[in-house]
Amino acid sequence: MNYIPHTDAERRAMLDAIGVRQIEDLFHAVPQQHRFPSLDLPPALTEMEVMWELSALSDANADVNHHACFLGAGAYNHYIPSLVDHMIRRGEFLTAYTPYQPEVSQGTLQAIFEFQSMMSLLTGMEISTASHYDGATAFAEGVLMAINTTGRKKALVSRWVHPHYRAVLRTYTQFSTEIEIIEFDDTSALDKGLTDYACVALANPDFRGRLDDPERLAALAGRVKASGGLFVVAVNPISLGVLKPPAEYEADVVVGEGQPLGVPLSFGGPYLGFFCTRREYMRRIPGRIVGETVDKSGQRGYVLTLKTREQDIRREKATSNICTNQGLMALCACVYMSTMGAHGLKQAANLCYQKAHYAADQIGAKAGAKFHVLRDRPFFNEFVVKCPRPVDEVNAELFEEHDIIGGYDLGGDYPELAGHMLLCCTETNTREEIDALAKALSAI
Amino acid sequence: MSKSKVDSSARYLKTHEWARSDGDEVVAGISDHAQDAMGDLVYVELPRVGDTLKAGDRFGVVESVKAASDVYMPVTGVITAVNAALEGGPELINRDAYGAGWMIRFKPTNPAELEALLDPAAYQAQLDAEEH
Repeated sequence: MNYIPHTDAERRAMLDAIGVRQIEDLFHAVPQQHRFPSLDLPPALTEMEVMWELSALSDANADVNHHACFLGAGAYNHYIPSLVDHMIRRGEFLTAYTPYQPEVSQGTLQAIFEFQSMMSLLTGMEISTASHYDGATAFAEGVLMAINTTGRKKALVSRWVHPHYRAVLRTYTQFSTEIEIIEFDDTSALDKGLTDYACVALANPDFRGRLDDPERLAALAGRVKASGGLFVVAVNPISLGVLKPPAEYEADVVVGEGQPLGVPLSFGGPYLGFFCTRREYMRRIPGRIVGETVDKSGQRGYVLTLKTREQDIRREKATSNICTNQGLMALCACVYMSTMGAHGLKQAANLCYQKAHYAADQIGAKAGAKFHVLRDRPFFNEFVVKCPRPVDEVNAELFEEHDIIGGYDLGGDYPELAGHMLLCCTETNTREEIDALAKALSAI
Repeated sequence: MSKSKVDSSARYLKTHEWARSDGDEVVAGISDHAQDAMGDLVYVELPRVGDTLKAGDRFGVVESVKAASDVYMPVTGVITAVNAALEGGPELINRDAYGAGWMIRFKPTNPAELEALLDPAAYQAQLDAEEH
C-alpha cells in the first residue's frame, strides 16, 4: 500500500507549475548546515514487524493492569465498564469535534445534553457547560468568571488546590496588569473582610485528600456572598457519590476533573473538565451549553445554545477565550455515569473511601513505626504519609521489589512536605494489594 | 429589510443608540433599525443605578439568537433608572424600541452634549446610506 498519495508525475507537474526544479529547492531559506540531516533509519519493516516492535516497546511500560497502583494526585485509576469503550467507538459518536450543525448531530448533541444533566444532578447545580479541556482549565475559567462577573481584580485561591490547576490559572492571568491571585493556606485565615475579592476558590477534597466540614464551608460561602463575591469549589466527581453536593454548601461555581468518570489514565490526557454554576451566571459562563428545544414540527431536538457570548461570535468581548468542548471525553463520562447509575456511583465512592481508610489503618498498624499517617482531618480516598526516607527512594523500592506504584512526592510542590507521600486508593485496589503495600513499607 | 422607524423626538449615535431629553434626565435605548438588524432579542444586560458612565462607555449588552452587541452611552451621565421590564421581556425592544423598550434613564453631566448627536434627519440619512 502506498501511504503517499502523490505520484512522481504529479509532483513533477506541481514543481513545473511553480518553476522549481526539485523539492529541495523550496528549502533554500533554511541555512545550509540545518538542511537535510542524514537520517540513520533501519530498513523498512512489514506491518507485522512494526506491530512486534511497538508491542515490545509498549510492554516495557509499567501499567496499572500489571502493578498495584497507589498513585492519584489528580488522575485516578478507576474501573471503566466495557460498555464505555463500546459506546464511544461507535461510528456515530467517534468524533472529538464540536457539533455545530444540529441537523446532522442530534446524537452527539443529545449525549452532551445528558452529560450536562448528570453533572447538574451530581453537583446539585442548576446548569452545566458542555465540558472543558480538563480540571485545570475548568478551574481557571471558574476564577475568571468570578473576576468578570464581579468586576473585582483580586481572587483568593487555596494553595491546596491542585498545583497544576493553579499553574494554569497563573498562565491565564500572567499578562494582566490588574488581576491578582492571592493564595491562602487555610479557610480560617480568611477572617478579614472579603469585599475586595472576586471569589474564594478552594478544593474539597483538597490536593492532599482532606475534606472540609460542609457546615464550615456553608458559613464561608455565606460570608463570601455577603461580600459580593463568588464561592468556587473544585471537587472530585466520584467523591460526590457519598459526599454532599456542593450546591448544599452554597457553592456558586463547581468545577473539576472528569477523568475519574470513565476516562482512562492514558499518559495524562485527553481528560475532561466540568463546570457547573447557578442559573444567574448563565450568560457569564465560558464555552457553551447544549439546550433542548422543539423543531418547527414540534419534535424534540438539541442545539448549541448561548453561543452568542463565545469568541467565534463576540471576538475579544467573549466571556472566555475558550469556544470548544471536550466532546468525546464528555461522552465517556456520560456513558460511565449512565452505566454506573446513582447506586453504582455511590458504591464506587464508598469503596474508594473504605479502602483508603483501610490502607491508612494498615500502614499505621504494620509500618507506623517508620511511616507516620497524617490523620488530622477527615479524608476521602487520599491521605498523606510521612516517610523515613526520601519519597523517590521509597517509591523505587516499592516498584522494584514489590511491583507497586507508590505515592506522589508532595515535596516538589510543597517544600514543607518534603519526605511526605500522597497515597490513593480506588475501588480497583484489592485487600491483598493494600496488605502488600503495608507489609512492603514495614520492611523499608 | 422593512423600513425602520426613526423617532423624531430623539437624537442618535452612529452605533444606533437613541437618546431623548425628559426633564433634566435623558432616556436611551437602541433604535428600531438596530432591533430589526439584531432579530428577536433574548436577553438584555443593563448597568447598575448609580453608575457613572462616560460618553462612549458600554452601558449594556443586547443579545439575540444570533449575536450579542454592546450598547454605548450617548453622553456622560449618572444612571438613575433601568427598565426592569426588559429582564423578563426583552422583546419589548423589538416591539417598541423608542417607547416601552427604553433601556436606561440617566442624569447627564452636561445636557448640551446631547445637541452634538445626530438629529433624526442625519440618522435617517445614515440608514439610507447603509442600505445602498
